[in-house]
Amino acid sequence: MEGLRSMEKIRMILDGVRDGNIVILEEGLSPDEESKLIEVTMTEISPDDFTGIEIETYPREEASDQSLLDRLMGRESTETLTVIGPANQIETLHKDDQLISALVSRK
Amino acid sequence: MGLLTNLKDSVSRVTDRLFASEDPKRIGIYGPPNAGKTTLANRIARDWTGDAIGPESHVPHETRRARRKEGVDIERNGQSVTIDIVDTPGVATKVDYKEFLDHDIEKDDAIRRSREATEGVAEAMHWLREDVDGVIYVLDSTTDPFTQVNTMLIGIIESRDLPVLIFANKIDLDQADIDRVADAFPEHETVPLSALEGDNMDEVYDKIAEYFA
Ligand SMILES: Nc1nc2c(ncn2[C@@H]2O[C@H](COP(=O)(O)OP(=O)(O)OP(=O)(O)O)[C@@H](O)[C@H]2O)c(=O)[nH]1
Ligand SMILES: [Mg+2]
Repeated sequence: MEGLRSMEKIRMILDGVRDGNIVILEEGLSPDEESKLIEVTMTEISPDDFTGIEIETYPREEASDQSLLDRLMGRESTETLTVIGPANQIETLHKDDQLISALVSRK
Repeated sequence: MGLLTNLKDSVSRVTDRLFASEDPKRIGIYGPPNAGKTTLANRIARDWTGDAIGPESHVPHETRRARRKEGVDIERNGQSVTIDIVDTPGVATKVDYKEFLDHDIEKDDAIRRSREATEGVAEAMHWLREDVDGVIYVLDSTTDPFTQVNTMLIGIIESRDLPVLIFANKIDLDQADIDRVADAFPEHETVPLSALEGDNMDEVYDKIAEYFA
């Protein structure tokens, strides 16, 4: 059940990204989901079509480094925003901090 | 005669096992492309078994299939730790075959390499979830450790409760910044080394024995 839900989430992210969108997740991804996201992304890369993803997380508050405990408690999810986009677009994006905050606040 | 030595061999194996009380731990060498994972794996394998694991190269994604060396006996302070080392392809979230073209690789070959690389990374990620008992995370200490891939991978490793050592590699280079690596992952032990030059390998083996015994 859990596993299925996270595969659906990953499918949704990758479909969005492959349509050229930037996907913003308020809930973030669990480590397990991140690892599956990398795995599935790798299987979908194909020459001249899809070169992969760019992924960034932004702390929502000025939250200091998360402790292991926070992670275990899943507390991190409310404190970060995860931004995922097609490999070559977000690279230029994240150099421009203002643009990202515009993007984030629009959400 | 062969039978007898075989038998002897397996008897001593069995006693080794009894003493070690467990099968060899499978230690995955993970990290971003070009960090020096294969150089390290080769050095460990050469130091303790006499042969190498695979080719090293300045071209990223040189390792595109995980390679393993089983039963590497590392001796420390009169004790012996047996590990299987798995050299994995450098993890990335994107692979563009065009980047291989800059390394004088023909287009067909570049496309093949990128396909192999993506398959290898997918496999390495899968193993990290299922099949690894400990991780050596190798970083090139001349580059910025605060990357999304590093953060994600360390997070994945932590969430699986795997013992992990961070290896700050390439300390022979002037631009190496060991503190920056240590500061990036303060909750883990960072060991500086040069896999290429063999610098600080004593500490490397001490820590391997300590963490993965
Ligand atoms: N100066 C220096 N160079 C190193 C060191 N370790 C590795 N290198 C060089 O870095 C490059 C990459 O080394 P590899 O061992 O192939 O790196 P890798 O992490 O296995 O790379 P992938 O398989 O592509 O993920 C090669 O040119 C190595 O010679 C080191 O300690 N010092
Ligand atoms: Mg390699």
